[in-house]
Amino acid sequence: MRPRPPKFRKFREVQAELDRSGAAIFEDAQGVESLVIRYPYSITYIHSYAEDSPFFLGLAEGRLRGSHCTNKKCGFVYATPRGHCMVCATPTEWIDLPKKGKVHSWTTCHFGSEAFLKETPYNLALVEFEGAGSLLLVRLKDAQESDLYVGMPVEARFEPSPKYSVTDVWFVPQT
Amino acid sequence: MVTGGVTKFAKAHPAMDFRLMVKRAYDYALKGIPNLTADRIDGTRISYFSDHFSRQLKAASMVQDYLGMNPKGSVRIEWGGATGGECFQAGYEAVASGRMDVCLTAGYETMSRVPTWKGNEFIALASDTNFDFPLGGFYTGYYALMVMRHIYEYLRLTRFAHVKDEREAQRLAIAEGSRIMSLVSVKNHRNALHNPYAQYPKKLTVQDVLDSEMISYPITREQICTMSDGAAVAVLCTESLAREFTDKPIRVSGVGCGTDTMRLADRPFGKVPLMPNENAKDYAHLPYPGVHSFRAGRAAGLEAYRMAGITDPNRELSFVELHDAYASSEIQTYEDLGLCRYGEGYGFVERGDPFLKGIDYGFPVPRAGAIPVNPSGGLIACGHPVGATGLMQAVFAFWQLQGTIPKHFGDKTLQLPKPKRGAIHSHAGTGSAVTVSILERGFA
Repeated sequence: MRPRPPKFRKFREVQAELDRSGAAIFEDAQGVESLVIRYPYSITYIHSYAEDSPFFLGLAEGRLRGSHCTNKKCGFVYATPRGHCMVCATPTEWIDLPKKGKVHSWTTCHFGSEAFLKETPYNLALVEFEGAGSLLLVRLKDAQESDLYVGMPVEARFEPSPKYSVTDVWFVPQT
Repeated sequence: MVTGGVTKFAKAHPAMDFRLMVKRAYDYALKGIPNLTADRIDGTRISYFSDHFSRQLKAASMVQDYLGMNPKGSVRIEWGGATGGECFQAGYEAVASGRMDVCLTAGYETMSRVPTWKGNEFIALASDTNFDFPLGGFYTGYYALMVMRHIYEYLRLTRFAHVKDEREAQRLAIAEGSRIMSLVSVKNHRNALHNPYAQYPKKLTVQDVLDSEMISYPITREQICTMSDGAAVAVLCTESLAREFTDKPIRVSGVGCGTDTMRLADRPFGKVPLMPNENAKDYAHLPYPGVHSFRAGRAAGLEAYRMAGITDPNRELSFVELHDAYASSEIQTYEDLGLCRYGEGYGFVERGDPFLKGIDYGFPVPRAGAIPVNPSGGLIACGHPVGATGLMQAVFAFWQLQGTIPKHFGDKTLQLPKPKRGAIHSHAGTGSAVTVSILERGFA
């Protein structure tokens, strides 16, 4: 027989106990007992970038690729590439984007999702490019909250040992 | 709509799983109307947002099962943050189409099952996982990007147009925007002091909100809703049956839904779809929606208003319960819903239009009561158990229109004097889907 798990009245203490022993009892204000257990879950996906693949392969070669609509009447230029045009549904073609742009909007994240907490604080920026009708979301490095502003000129940097993630490109203030 | 029920939203409800939470809200709803027995219900629409939080696929079947609704028809509704609003409209459609005479809509979320920052990660998976999530997927970050541009368009380029130094002008505009967002947070937290269902009623000051932890610049902790456990239900039926169940039925007179691109980066820079009382000239130089406004919210509002015959929402609505996941998005939404014009959201707050009369907010609110927004306290103070939230708004609006807030809240402060018509607004993602429903008093 296993002894009954320890009992707590604060849910925070229940959580701490789960990390220690994997089971705890929570007692609420009415005296109702609930058995709470640790219940882990992890998974590795087989993820294809599919029609977005050339963008990620491009980053590994130091290229920043967008796409443009092949319908001459439309011709929308996407800074975040997409396989078909969102305006007229025509297939797009790959293009090279300029490596310099301007900050359209920005923030500094002092907290983040669990996966990114250890990287805080970090800056996110939406970047606009000459001639493009849409934006690109990026990390903005080598700059602090107090340095950033809408309209700031920025330029791309590429990961020398690519991870095949959108984080293979980031932007820094133009020098 | 003939009845509704809500559980108190809480950080965690370890003694109730999702089935029991829904059951409690359901029992509360049925208690008040003895003629509505379970056998009169033709079917259900059940909503929850995330399979990650539940880690139980087909969890809606277990709700159906627990409520004793088998073998009646049911379907699970999911549409991000707008899950509850969509569920309400799915119930409306089931009745309006003639498929059901009486439909039970029920929603819940149990977000306490993971730590807060893991919960944020689950929510951020509702952003493009190729292009957005890996950069630091974090919804407060996305909303900060949006409000930063909103501040630029509507404060930097207006109130601070005279400031020559660009960076100084932007700093002043951000400080002004932060102050005004804090007024919204104070409003919603203080309204909630009179709502016993609210998770975080607080008597905050503007300084408290500004001084709370910076989460994603310029958004602070007290300007953001929290994760919650909770459930809500609403029962909808045909107009001819409604009086059999209650002498105070509420009519659903309009429903609308709009969408936009998943990625913020793809939002176009086009023209504003106009409210009937707006003029294209007003927005001649406004690139729309960009990342500063929610085109989906505007589209949802236009559809719902058209159906309800509303041409001037500011004058024709008595109140609005809107999706204030962030104080910033409450201000953006005033404009999307036509409560004021684009660019006037900050002034709308400062003048006091969305505040309640008779509540001390700690600062002057000259036009309080003009069109109360989130009299219940909204998501910021009530909590946001995603699949329940849109239905919670429906229930609070229902009680408000019935005039039964004092009975259900045990406090009459939040009851508006004879409201005729209210709007509820449920919002998904970074504005990728929004619903608006119009509810009206269906009795003399």
